[in-house]
Order: sequence, then C-alpha cells, then structure tokens
Amino acid sequence: MTDRIATLIARAEQEGLLDVAYATADSPVGTLTLAATSKGLVRVSYYDTDRVLEELAGEISPRVLAAPGRLDGVRRELDEYFNGRRRDFDVAIDWSLVHTPFRRAVLERTARIPYGKTATYRDMAEAAGNRAAVRAAGSALGANPVPVVVPCHRVLRTGGDMGQYAGGVERKRYLLELEQARP
Amino acid sequence: MSGRRSSGVTLPPFQTLLDEHADTVLRYLRAAVGANEAEDCFQETFLSALRAYPKLRDASNLRGWLLTIAHRKALDAHRARGRRPVPVEQVAEVTVTDDRRAEPALWRAVRRLPAKQRSAVFLRFAADLDYVQIGQAIGCSDAAARQNVRAGLAQIRKGWAR
Repeated sequence: MTDRIATLIARAEQEGLLDVAYATADSPVGTLTLAATSKGLVRVSYYDTDRVLEELAGEISPRVLAAPGRLDGVRRELDEYFNGRRRDFDVAIDWSLVHTPFRRAVLERTARIPYGKTATYRDMAEAAGNRAAVRAAGSALGANPVPVVVPCHRVLRTGGDMGQYAGGVERKRYLLELEQARP
Repeated sequence: MSGRRSSGVTLPPFQTLLDEHADTVLRYLRAAVGANEAEDCFQETFLSALRAYPKLRDASNLRGWLLTIAHRKALDAHRARGRRPVPVEQVAEVTVTDDRRAEPALWRAVRRLPAKQRSAVFLRFAADLDYVQIGQAIGCSDAAARQNVRAGLAQIRKGWAR
C-alpha cells in the first residue's frame, strides 16, 4: 500500500468514513476474508473476496476499504488458533448481518461451546428457546457471518454425523481435528 | 446506510473506485495543479467522494464522478494559490517529472490558460473525459466544452510557436 493510500485510509478512519474495513488472512483452511466495522468483527468468509465485499457494500455500507490495521487483532488470534496456541477468541463482534433474534441467540450460544467440545443442532435450538426449531437452528448456523470465531463447526447432528458447513464439510472436519474435538 | 436499500442503486465497494481510478485522478491532478499540490487535492478528492458515496444515485460513471470532484478540488487549489505569494512554477518544475505522459512544460502552459479553457483541456487530455462529461464537470454544454478545448489548444500553440 502506498503512503498516499495509507494517508487516505487514516484520514477516513479519523473522520468516521471507514464504515467497513477488510483484510485477507491466509490459513490452513484457505484464504479468509475478514471485515470489521467500528463496532467489531462483522464477517469472516471462505468465499471469494470480491463477492464478500459486494455483500458488505449492499448489506452494511458501500464505504468498504482495504484497511488491514483494524483487523490486526483478529488476524493474530486466528494465527494463534490455527497454530494450536489459542482456544478462545477475544474480539468484539458486530452482529449486523444476523437478522433475527432467534439466529442471534443460536450464534451467541454457539460462541460458548468450549474448544474441543461439540454440541448438536437440537442443543442449540433448545438453548435459543425453541427445542423444535432444529432446522432453523441449522439455518442460523449455516448463515453464521463469523465462522471459526463463532465456532459453528462444533455443532453436529444428533448421533455425531458431521452435518453441514458453509465452508464445506472438509473444513469442518479439519477444524474439529485441529481441536481434537469430542462430544 | 446501505447504497442498495436507500437509493435503489447497487454501489460497488469503495475500494473498487480506488483500485480502478486512483491513478487517473492523480494523473489529472498532477497536470492540473502540479505534483506537490496534487497530493493534497488527491486526499481531498477521495475524502469528499467517500463522504458523498452512500447517497450517490447513479453508479454508471464513477470515473467521471470522481474526476468532477477532482476538478472542483483543483479549482479550489488554483483559487487558494491566487491568494498566496508562492513561486509555484519553480516548485512544479522540479517535481512533475515522474509522469512521462504529462509533459511538465506543456502542462504548465495549460495552467496559465483562463479557468474554463484550462479545466476543459485538462479534463480532455489528462483525464480523458468526453465532451459531454467535461460539460457536466464544468457546467456548460458539450458544444461549449469542445469550444473551450479548441480555444485552449489554440492559445497554447500560439505560445509554443513564439
């Protein structure tokens, strides 16, 4: 990044014009696109960066800029996690991309599943206050805007079947093996 | 806050504008105000653009939109310079050298033109806008924009021939 652009980003931040900052991070499960608002981490995605940025421009604000500084903390924590040196993430989350209270409840509950443990979709539905809404809990997890950091990979089908994962079941298996997860 | 929801226009992430048009804007500004002042104008241009961006209603010509803002910032710089006793030409002479396409002596000659001609010539040749876009940027018809470019070029040729 040239000084010219770095100056612009710094001034945009000062003037409150940097609505969405993004950066990419290499990881053992592929390149992650990370985005944060002034409130916190708003998106972690396995998808192609351009697609993620378009989604953010439409859903949050078109003032989307490459500003890796705001993502330094979460990038460091992800590095530590993938190296087996971190079990919990300590970053503020902006839940703007989660549109219903039920989904938010499911994800907040999911965020509390300990490292190395797993839970079931039914557990999450129940914890969010609707034991019958197993399918809806699955959808909430499938739409998790901040995977890895909110560990939806720790949620399995009753009986231990992998179930699904937005980043693909291979990635889910990798993360569970990294954590040596057991139910 | 969303471009799509508030105005019905899908705006690309602002980063795309930087990636695609920052070089053009900088080239235009270097020609229009000289390399030193171009840096300040560049910042002011993109900050203004960023401020206004979510409310933009037409995303069909983002390059022209940015250059129109750059043009206004260049005018501001010209006005400010008029109030300041700064030997601008000497400054420009040593610094406008890294852009081969912008022949410094020639651009300096353009900077001495009357305001409308100057703007029209820069927008045509440094920013590569067409006459309709130039007219929109400086607030005249495309025919008048063409006339301003022609008159500006004639003026420069006269100075060159001397």
